[in-house]
Amino acid sequence: MTGKSASLTFVRTEMIPASEPPLSEKGAIKWVRENLFSSWLNAILTLLSIWVVWSVVSHLFPWFANSVWVADNLSECRAIRDATVGPDASSACFAVITDRWQQLLFGFYPREAYWRPVLALALLLVGILPLLFTAMPRKLLLVLPVLPFALFWLLWGGSIWTPVAAALGFVVAGLVFRLLSPVGGLSLGVPAAVIAAAAFWLYAAGPLAGALQDLLPIGIEYIDSKKFGGFTLSLIIGVAGISLSLPLGVVLALGRKSDMMIVNMLSTAFIEIIRGVPLIVWLFTAQLILGYFLPPGTTFDLTLRVIIMVTLFSAAYIAEVVRGGLAALPKGQYEAADSLGLDYWKSMRLIILPQALKISIPGIVNTFIGLFKDTTLVVFIGLFDPIGFTNAIRASTDWNGVYWELYVFIGLMFFIFCFAMGRYSMYLERKLQRENR
Amino acid sequence: MKKSVIFGALTVAGLMATAASASTLDDVKARGKLNCGVTTGLPGFAAPDANGVWEGFDVAVCRAVAAAVLGDPAAVEFVPTTGETRFTALASGEIDMLARNTTWTFSRDTDLKFDFAGVNYYDGQGFMVPKALGVTSAKDLDGATVCIQTGTTTELNLSDFFRSNNISYEPVPIQTNAEAQQQYLAGACDVYTTDASGLAATRATFEHPEDHVLLPEIISKEPLGPLVRHGDNDWGDIVRWTLNALITAEELGITSANVAEMAAAPTNNPEVNRLLGTEGELGAMVGLSADWAKNAIAASGNYGEIFEKNIGENTPIGLARGLNAQWTQGGLIYSPPFR
Repeated sequence: MTGKSASLTFVRTEMIPASEPPLSEKGAIKWVRENLFSSWLNAILTLLSIWVVWSVVSHLFPWFANSVWVADNLSECRAIRDATVGPDASSACFAVITDRWQQLLFGFYPREAYWRPVLALALLLVGILPLLFTAMPRKLLLVLPVLPFALFWLLWGGSIWTPVAAALGFVVAGLVFRLLSPVGGLSLGVPAAVIAAAAFWLYAAGPLAGALQDLLPIGIEYIDSKKFGGFTLSLIIGVAGISLSLPLGVVLALGRKSDMMIVNMLSTAFIEIIRGVPLIVWLFTAQLILGYFLPPGTTFDLTLRVIIMVTLFSAAYIAEVVRGGLAALPKGQYEAADSLGLDYWKSMRLIILPQALKISIPGIVNTFIGLFKDTTLVVFIGLFDPIGFTNAIRASTDWNGVYWELYVFIGLMFFIFCFAMGRYSMYLERKLQRENR
Repeated sequence: MKKSVIFGALTVAGLMATAASASTLDDVKARGKLNCGVTTGLPGFAAPDANGVWEGFDVAVCRAVAAAVLGDPAAVEFVPTTGETRFTALASGEIDMLARNTTWTFSRDTDLKFDFAGVNYYDGQGFMVPKALGVTSAKDLDGATVCIQTGTTTELNLSDFFRSNNISYEPVPIQTNAEAQQQYLAGACDVYTTDASGLAATRATFEHPEDHVLLPEIISKEPLGPLVRHGDNDWGDIVRWTLNALITAEELGITSANVAEMAAAPTNNPEVNRLLGTEGELGAMVGLSADWAKNAIAASGNYGEIFEKNIGENTPIGLARGLNAQWTQGGLIYSPPFR
């Protein structure tokens, strides 16, 4: 019996090969079913999205694909398009960029001196690399104090002794501080240093630069800031605003958290007044109101006025972002710093600010990106930033009627800069996160 | 503290210094450059070319004044001004004169304390409509949507016109001329209204200009001209008579081509001689050299040449002389005599 049953027993010795899943459950069809048409609502939304994407692409693609890159004016652009793709076809006339890209990038800066802003930008990037990435050789940090003066000289030109004399003012301030602070402490050293530097700049710097120039004339062509325009102007205002507003903003944030009443009140008033008024109003103030107050004929450089206003404006925002970072630190950190016996500045420098600034990075970079894009507001006070140039370029009879092409180019340029800043901020957050573990 | 005291003292010193030397002419000569306010860009009137050299109808006035005063039409610092900043720039002394297609009105002349040196272009507000609309008169525009630049006199003129004709309209506010072109072509409005010269310039850029018509009604007077600050009449005279010299030159047939020849020796026409400085002392009377008018005319030609070169019928803008013809040709352009 057992033998019979044994002979009847069937034991499969190999697996059945898996059969193909039904058509609707595999490959692309399955993916489409699950992700795009899983329900009626999703099906409708999918079709709607496809229609939207198609209508956008079908309008934009020919516009880009048929674009004309070389022509002398808009009518020639249209003639070329008529000859190649037929009349009334959608076609971009990027010839305006080919013709005027120098103006969009450099403004009225003399053509033979284009190398100067380019070199300045390269120097700036090299100079700030060690600040941005710790992997860079630390010795490069030594370039940093020289950088602002070198950039100023490259962009504006003139005698090399002017920025040298200006830099000497800081050296004078440093020396006075070194000499006096052992005697009278901070309260004597700091004001004395400030007064010494101011006196140096007011009375000694000019004659000194003149004398040195007579002795050893080194200089490049002086270029007035009226000639600055396009992205050069945006970058100058943006970079100056960013690099000046961060320290000012940190000081204001500390001031607002301070226990000293006058410092606290002044900081709060400054922040609230600057922040409570639109940037465009401050720009008009710089352009119009100051014009009334200053004596006629005294031209206090408009670009400088704009940089000051933009810096103050963004400093107020940075101050609030940093104050957020300060408030987010646990109270224990402040107490720990105190219990170590650190004085106020040391505890801020070594314990509080590194942590608070780390928390504030996204907010700070956000403010910087906003500041950089806000530089286009200077168009309203008659400065030729890229947006200002769109108007000027369209005012020539050659290019009157060109519209989107200029904005596409400007948008792309701004995107490159702002995207880079955003990426860097994310890199920084990740890096600091890791170090914290 | 100490710093602000020093700055205060400097400011006071500066103010007193300016009060002492009030002559714009001396300032311009000392500077070696004329600061001339222009638009940030208006087709035909002022625009920088690809090399950054300013060109246009208003720019030519600046160049003529610079040539008359300094002998060099290139000795001009063009200061781009917007509608908001132009009057402050002039009042504060940032610019010596403003040639920015600015309408001569009562309040600008009196309340804002400026002096208009004359009129270099008689403009007026007009309407542009697509031909397909089948409209032949602005009075047929009842219920139309109108593209209009906000914050300008055109807005007020438009509402006056429609109210006095008992018809209604719907405004589509826009900011710049370029934006208006886009909106109008996209059909966001039936009508575009601005100065007639601007309409002509805009229509010239269209793909099919023949599909759009300018309506015959001109609903406002817009005499455009260069202006200076109150208080320095000598300087105002120089700008006024430089403009008049350009106009008279056209009337007398002096062109940029023959001005050097006519100024070389006295001609049979005494007015030509007085203008070009070969007879009399007109230049000395305004504190300029004898050949001031010759230089002004040589800069970019007489009034007619400037018109034809920048906005005339052979340019893409294609404006007819119309009101801006010489008075002898049935226009309003008329200069007092040089005597």
